[in-house]
Amino acid sequence: MVPTLFGRIQTRLFLLATVGVIITLLIVPVLPGASGPIGPRYVSGFLVLASVAILGVLWEFLYHFLMQFRWEKDWPTSFGLLTLIPEGLLLFFLLRSGVASFIDPVPTAGQFWTHFVVVWICVWLTANGPMRVPFIRWRFRGGRVL
Amino acid sequence: MTGDLTPELLGTPEWTDQMVAAAGIPMHDIPFLTAGGGIGSFVTLDYLRIYGVPTSQMRVVSNIDYPWQTYEFLTRCSQIPRPERIRSDSSSRPDNLWGFPSYALEEAWKEKNPAFLWQILTEPILNDYWTPRAGTVFANLEREAKRISYWDMLVKGQVRMVRKRVGGGYFTVVTPPEGAAPTKRIIFRSRFVHIAVGYPGLKFLPDLQEFRQKYGDYQHVVNAYEPHEQVYEFLKTRPGTVVIRGGGIVASRVLQRLFDDREKLNLQTQIVHIFRTFVSGSHGPHIWMRRRGGDGWAYQGFNYPKSVWGGQLKAEMRKLEGPARAQKYKDMGGTNTPKRRRWQEQMRAGRNGGYYHAVQGTVEKVEPAQDGRLISHVRSKDGTIRQPVADYIIDCTGLEADIAEHRVFADLLQYSGAYRNPVGRLEVERHFEVKGTRNGDGALYASGSATLGGYFPGVDTFLGLQIAAQEIADDLARRGFCRKMGPLRSTSQWFKWAFNSTV
Repeated sequence: MVPTLFGRIQTRLFLLATVGVIITLLIVPVLPGASGPIGPRYVSGFLVLASVAILGVLWEFLYHFLMQFRWEKDWPTSFGLLTLIPEGLLLFFLLRSGVASFIDPVPTAGQFWTHFVVVWICVWLTANGPMRVPFIRWRFRGGRVL
Repeated sequence: MTGDLTPELLGTPEWTDQMVAAAGIPMHDIPFLTAGGGIGSFVTLDYLRIYGVPTSQMRVVSNIDYPWQTYEFLTRCSQIPRPERIRSDSSSRPDNLWGFPSYALEEAWKEKNPAFLWQILTEPILNDYWTPRAGTVFANLEREAKRISYWDMLVKGQVRMVRKRVGGGYFTVVTPPEGAAPTKRIIFRSRFVHIAVGYPGLKFLPDLQEFRQKYGDYQHVVNAYEPHEQVYEFLKTRPGTVVIRGGGIVASRVLQRLFDDREKLNLQTQIVHIFRTFVSGSHGPHIWMRRRGGDGWAYQGFNYPKSVWGGQLKAEMRKLEGPARAQKYKDMGGTNTPKRRRWQEQMRAGRNGGYYHAVQGTVEKVEPAQDGRLISHVRSKDGTIRQPVADYIIDCTGLEADIAEHRVFADLLQYSGAYRNPVGRLEVERHFEVKGTRNGDGALYASGSATLGGYFPGVDTFLGLQIAAQEIADDLARRGFCRKMGPLRSTSQWFKWAFNSTV
C-alpha cells in the first residue's frame, strides 16, 4: 500500500483500534514484572495505545512531508517498521518525564517496550498483507478505510 | 459465404435486431462480453467470477488460446524467458485480486529461500526491488484460469467491431476461425461489453522503418519485441557490433543478454547505445519532483512512480481534466528503467573495457555500407556527427501505434460516440466506462493501454488492469449485474483461492 495523508492516518487508527486492542488485551497480563491488580494495568496499557494513536497522527504529517522528497511518493516497507524507533523513544521519554502523568502506574522500560514493539510489529505485518484480504479497495485508495 | 456484414450495417451507427437478422448473421445473447482475451480480459473475468457471476453470463472473445499467450511471446522476445524476472511489484498478482500472499512470499515459501523476504523488506533502499519470475506469474495464471473455469467462457474469434443496439446494449461482431462456423460472422448481443484488446500495434522508429522498406532487409534491423534470436546467434559465430536504440527496460534487457553472452561465451561484441534523450543525472522541475538518472538513463523502479497505483499520484490524477491532466502525465512520464545493481555492474565493466559506448544522438538515416553492414548517421545535440557501423540494429524504443490503428477502436471513434482523452487515447470514466458510448441500460468499458491518459495512469500494468477490473466490477454491482463485495465475502473468497477450490 502506498499511502496518502488521510490514508496513513485512517490506517493507523483503524489498525490500532483492531489489531492493537487485541494484542493489548492479550499481552498486558504477561508483560515482564507484572504485578498488582489487572484493572489498572489494562487502563495503563490502553492509555499507552491511545497515545501511540494520538501522537501518531502528528507523526504521519511529518512522514507525509518527508515522502514528498521521494519521486515515487511511496513509503517503503522498511520505513513502516523502522519508524517504531523515533516514535517509541519519544513516547517513552514523555512517560518517564512525567508529561503524560495521566498514565499511572507508569510502565517499566521492559513493560513499555515489550508492549509497544509487539503491537507495532503486528500492526505492520497486518498492513503489509492480510489487511488486503477483507478490504480489497484499501490499497488502491492510499490506505483509506472509509 | 453467407452471414457477412452488409453495407447497410457498416454505414449505420446503431443497429436494430431486425437489421442483424436480415443480414443472416447468427446472433447469440450473452449479458457480459469481454473482447481481447489477454490479461486485461482475464483479470476482469476473475473479479466478476469472484464477485459471484456464473460462467453462463459471460464470454471472452479472443484469438489466443490462453490469457498470457501474447504477454509471454513479447516478454520472451524482449529477453525475459520464464526463469527471468519481470519488472513488476511483488503484490501485483493478476491471479490473485488481493495481492496476498505476494509473489515474494510464495517464492520464498516454495523455494525455502528467506533471502527473498530480506530483499522485499529492504527494497528499494538496501536492495533492488524484488520482482517475480515470469514463470511464477504464468504458472499462477494457469492455476487461477482453471479455478474460475476460464475456458468455459472462451470463444475463439477476432472481434471486428462493437456497435450500439437500438433499445440498449451492444452488438459485438466476431469473425470466427475458418471452418468454425457456417457463416462469415457471428454476433453477440450484450448489455455490457468490455474491450481489452491490448496494444494497437508496435511502431518502428521512422528511420528504421524507412530502411526496412527501402532495402527489404528485415533481418539486420529488428525490433526487440520481434523474435530476433538471429542477432545473438550471429554474434556467437564471430565478433560483431550492435547498435541499441532506446533507453527503457527493453534496452536494459537486451543489453543484459549481450553482456551475459559476452561473459559466458567469451565473445568480442561491441555495443553502441544511442539515446535520443540522454539523462546525465537527477532531473525534474523542483525538489519535490525529481527523478534519479545517469549514464543516459532515467531510473525508476517500475514503469510508473509507485504511487500511481494507490497513493498520492493516483488521488491527484483522479481529479484532473484536460490540459492539467496531460501536463501531469508529462511531468511523471518519460522512458525509464530500474537501477538494478547487476546491470550497473555490467555497464561499468563495458565502459571500462571499451566495448560499451553510450551516446546522445538523433539518427537521421540508416544506410547499408559496401560490405553490407549498417551505417547510422547520428547527430548529437552539440553538433557532433557520428557514423557507427554495425552488424545489427535493435530498436528497443517500444513505440506504440495510434489507437485508431486498431479497427475496433477506429470503429468506436467513428460510429459510437467514443472520443480521445487529453493524451490522444480513448477517454474513459473513473470507472472505465468509455465516455460517449452509454446506451440505454448498457455500458461499454475499456481497460489497458488504449485508455492511457485517463483519470488513472497505470493502466497498462498488471495492477492497473486489476484496478480497472475492480472499478468495472463495482460499477456492474451498482447496476445490479452482480453483488458488491464486502469484507466477509472477500475473506471467504480469499480462502477459496488459497485452497484452490472453485469460486
